[in-house]
Amino acid sequence: MLKPRILVLSGYGLNCEEETAFAFERAGGSAEIVHLNDLIRGIKKLKNYQILAVPGGFSFGDDTGSGKAFANKFKNHLSGELQTFVESDKLVIGICNGFQILTNLGLLPGALVFNDSARYIDRWVDIKIEGKSPWLAGINMLSVPIAHGEGKYFAEPKTLNQLKKAQRIAATYAKGDICRREDLPANPNGSLNNIAAVLSYEGRVLGLMPHPERAISFTQLPHWTRLKEEHLRAGRALPKDGPGLQLFQNAVRYFQHR
Amino acid sequence: MATRLDIKFKVPDTRGWVKQANFENLGLKGKIKRVLVVDSYMVDAALTAAQTRQIGQSLANPLTEEITINASKPQGRFDWVIEIGFLPGVTDNVGATAAEAASDLLGKKFKASESIYSSQLFFITGKLTEDEVDKIAGSLHNPLIQRAQIKNYRQFVRDRGLGRVVPKVALRPGKLVRQVNLNVPDEELVKIGKQGIANPDGSRRGPLALSLPYMKAIQKQFAFLKRNPTDVELEALAQTWSEHCKHTIFANPLDEIKDGLYKTYIKRATEIIRQKKGDKDFCASVFTDNSGAIEFDQNYLITHKVETHNTPSALDPFGGAITGIVGVNRDTIGFGLGAKPVINTYGFCFADPRDRRPLYRDSNLTQKILPPKRIMEGVIRGINVGGNCSGVPTALGFMLFDDSYRGKPMVFAGTVGLIPKRARGLKLYEKQARPGDYIVMVGGRVGQDGIHGATFSSEGIDAGSPATAVQIGDPITQKKFSDALVKEARDLGLYRSITDNGAGGLSSSVPEMAKESGGCLVWLDKVPLKYPGLEPWKIWISESQERMTLAVPKNKWLKLKKLLQARGSEATVIGLFTDSGRCVVKHKRQTLIDLTMEFLHHGLPKLQLKSQAVKVVGSAGPLRPVKDYGPELLKMLGRLNLASTEFVSTQYDHEVQGTSVLKPLQGPGRVSGDCAVSKPLLTSNRGVVLSYGINPSYAELDSYRMAGAAIDTAIRNAVAAGADPEMLALLDNFCWCSSTDPKRLFQLKEAVRSCFDHVLLYETPFISGKDSMFNDFSGFDQKGRPVTISILPTLLITSIGVIPDVTKVVSLDAKTPKDLVYLLGRTDDELGGSEYMAMVSEELGEKFTGQNVPQVDCLRNRKLYSDFYKCVQKDLIASSISVGRGGLALALAKTALGGKLGSKVDLAALPGQAASSQQRLFSESQGRLLVTINPKNQSEFEALMAGNSSALMGQVTDTDSIQIQNGRQTVAKLSLAEAHKAYKSAFKGY
Repeated sequence: MLKPRILVLSGYGLNCEEETAFAFERAGGSAEIVHLNDLIRGIKKLKNYQILAVPGGFSFGDDTGSGKAFANKFKNHLSGELQTFVESDKLVIGICNGFQILTNLGLLPGALVFNDSARYIDRWVDIKIEGKSPWLAGINMLSVPIAHGEGKYFAEPKTLNQLKKAQRIAATYAKGDICRREDLPANPNGSLNNIAAVLSYEGRVLGLMPHPERAISFTQLPHWTRLKEEHLRAGRALPKDGPGLQLFQNAVRYFQHR
Repeated sequence: MATRLDIKFKVPDTRGWVKQANFENLGLKGKIKRVLVVDSYMVDAALTAAQTRQIGQSLANPLTEEITINASKPQGRFDWVIEIGFLPGVTDNVGATAAEAASDLLGKKFKASESIYSSQLFFITGKLTEDEVDKIAGSLHNPLIQRAQIKNYRQFVRDRGLGRVVPKVALRPGKLVRQVNLNVPDEELVKIGKQGIANPDGSRRGPLALSLPYMKAIQKQFAFLKRNPTDVELEALAQTWSEHCKHTIFANPLDEIKDGLYKTYIKRATEIIRQKKGDKDFCASVFTDNSGAIEFDQNYLITHKVETHNTPSALDPFGGAITGIVGVNRDTIGFGLGAKPVINTYGFCFADPRDRRPLYRDSNLTQKILPPKRIMEGVIRGINVGGNCSGVPTALGFMLFDDSYRGKPMVFAGTVGLIPKRARGLKLYEKQARPGDYIVMVGGRVGQDGIHGATFSSEGIDAGSPATAVQIGDPITQKKFSDALVKEARDLGLYRSITDNGAGGLSSSVPEMAKESGGCLVWLDKVPLKYPGLEPWKIWISESQERMTLAVPKNKWLKLKKLLQARGSEATVIGLFTDSGRCVVKHKRQTLIDLTMEFLHHGLPKLQLKSQAVKVVGSAGPLRPVKDYGPELLKMLGRLNLASTEFVSTQYDHEVQGTSVLKPLQGPGRVSGDCAVSKPLLTSNRGVVLSYGINPSYAELDSYRMAGAAIDTAIRNAVAAGADPEMLALLDNFCWCSSTDPKRLFQLKEAVRSCFDHVLLYETPFISGKDSMFNDFSGFDQKGRPVTISILPTLLITSIGVIPDVTKVVSLDAKTPKDLVYLLGRTDDELGGSEYMAMVSEELGEKFTGQNVPQVDCLRNRKLYSDFYKCVQKDLIASSISVGRGGLALALAKTALGGKLGSKVDLAALPGQAASSQQRLFSESQGRLLVTINPKNQSEFEALMAGNSSALMGQVTDTDSIQIQNGRQTVAKLSLAEAHKAYKSAFKGY
């Protein structure tokens, strides 16, 4: 079957490119890690790929505001190519710092500001899928980790309303399996309307604060040792995958089933 | 003229609320109505107004932020404004990023003299006195690296704003090279060694930390050469010969130990063990490289190194800690031809953050040292920024509290690396600079930050401690070259050797690598500088961060340079590796250093150290039995040394790289664990297990047993999570005090001998180590009385091993009601130095320690651990926790809290000499594991554990209480809710 080509961006402090590429590979795609400068210098061309993934990280150390400097560099050199890419029938995902970059690029509405605690936090959350998008097909709830200091979603009330109406709120933080098990509040950062992820371009462009690529294997789950005991006692074999994998499989399938 | 750009949030900014709460905690409750945080940029470049505006717009997100240019009028009402900016020359990452982004935006290169400087403004509304505002400003900055400007509303209006402060470095170029006359009396030699080379105005440059015998050896060498040394030569020798670099306490003969402690006990132990293991030896590189390495699988090695950054963290906790973690990352990048950092670890020893007694470095009480709380917060944040920004998961760490760390905290930072054994037929774990190779410096530029770091940390802290030793890290600069080297250039074979620029900077890295080729020739004027005018001696020894030194074959240089350029990194040829047998350093035409490699590396005289035996008998103390140990256990759970450190581990990204298997918090109850497991290779099921042991509270009573306990704890913690005890390697970090004091040397000798004895019996080789020998503070208290504070002898043992299948890993939380609870191992009357003893003694306001420090029986434990490992491999263990600080009581509580399940257990049948309930609950006897198992596995488990001490204590329950019996008597009963509250409340609000 056709393997869609995925460009996973790297450079200037992005740091989740390897596991993001791995997640796409495991989902059946053909992922390539490409440094921003190789795009700028024209050594690699955006148009040769079906999926653009802007992974998590700390581009420019979050200095001057998360995602800002990276987005500016992108814009200064590649705005035309990027616009063509998002307007064609292709997929884009921005995870964590990638989400922050996509909002700064203006590809996604709203902004990500400092968490209510004003502190970086790494924990697991449950998100409820609300929006319509090729990325999210067939998913209702998802348990995934977050790790960020500037993840509070902000937009003007008017924008929030429009997003809701257009089913462009991809996912909201909700109380699910993980929050109940660990007695954690659903919304980890004070995001307005509990928004964890948003969409643009008919759902083809997805930005999300949680890291689905950190939830693609069973042993990445925070409670896998307990699940293992349950499986052992029930005489079942251990699962291999984690819930995050489906997102990547959805994206790969989008290009395979056409 | 410079332009000020202020970026203000126009939507609610939580930073203001958090700052308000912080300020109120300074004793200003109710006095502050509002705090507004504004990011300010000082653009110091020749630009048009339109260009400056363009920069401003790119710095603000139009949706959430607004920008003001050269604000001369107040925007809204406030009472006070505080500006915090950096002092000239201090690393300003935000400013540097702004400048880089601006230059990209405008398509214009900034000149060397042009830059952007960042600062933060805090607009405060509230009736505050000047003193109170001073206090707030004090809490916001460290005067060693930052400046504070304070204005009230009226002054702000009168001055038309905050003014334009440009913290540019202006250096007066001094005379290039100076001879230092060594034909002087011994008193002057001592002075030069202690206070540094004299400046023309009579002041001194700062410590060389060269004692008289070393100075005399240098004097003799130059008498032989018939000339005086240059200042650069003397500074260079001081770096190379420093305790920090040469580890003289471990290298010099001590009493009858002719070859010194390191060779005799640490290195030799590893040699013996490797021989004994024969085919099963898993060590790949020990002691010689920047990290130690063991086999991961057929194709990969795993490296590990743990560093300390104590002195820098005492002066500037944030800068000290961030450079600590980013620095030890470079020990990974500098292993072989470059390993990829895959796991970070940390360890902190602090004084009680509630302790507010001030201490001063000088008798005039002008140099106040930072209080424990500031140190703790700064250090935690430093590891946060360093690790998170570098994309390395911080998987494991600990915090330990003791009064003895008031003068100086201990900050451990470790990094595990992953490296393929071969690429393109090259062995990647070996390195060899060859004559004719270029000496190439990669990464950041050189400034006067970090002058005398190595020599300084070879001494205690006092009023003469130099402020320039403080630095701030720049993790992104490092991330850029790290990725370019480890993920690209390494496998292309573009360089032959690599090492980190850490302590001593170039003066340490270049001559060290030059050993491989047999000499070096350096052109200091080629070294790229942060600002012009830096004197050559400073260029040579500066510890400016984020730099590597490489040996690059001439025909590969252009390719490497282009690659690094394309990745946003700078690389410069600064000299040649030679086989001349000499280290020659030039600046333009002048020769600054011309010394033989032999003298530079081996010229320092060996000094005989002498120890003096001390026998300490602990005070037994009036331990009285208690009827109900429930409240005692609750108090224990809330102690700083035992409570949940969740607030630290959740602010560190421990899941980046997607490799985490056993996380810092375990079970639905989120209990802090002592062990981490990670799967560093995404395509493999193999895991790396990491743990540690540290027991300074035993050290004054018996440093031999202390070391034994640290080793056993490090091994046992890993075994508890499912590690194979036969496949563990260890790292040692000795942090000592007053290491020339014969009594301290005796404690050290005992501890090192103990390491030798214990690791031989466990057959766990040491692969790497680092020591820090002078952790003393001498200063003054509030009343000007002299105070000396020495840390407890502190030994951190780190364990690392490989787990063949990560799905076998066991977590500490109880899993299912009705599971059986077993204690494996013996419980003896060993409350000496225990946490329980510390608590009782604190409550009585007396100092007694108990007498029996836990003693380790390696052979007995080794069998138990091996048998336990077999049970793990058969999936028989549902939960397992190593019994450590706080004893059995704590292990029981953590198992229950982690699983959010109750338990009912009986102490009556425990093997061992512990007689009373008190001893059984709180004794810290080593070699014990508390496990729960599925009742169906009982017979198989008991059969496999036959021949070991063990006791079936009871079961996991679905009640919400922990009930502990001693026979028919209930000795403790507490609800999970109250235990949870006690465990999680100690650091509430941090």
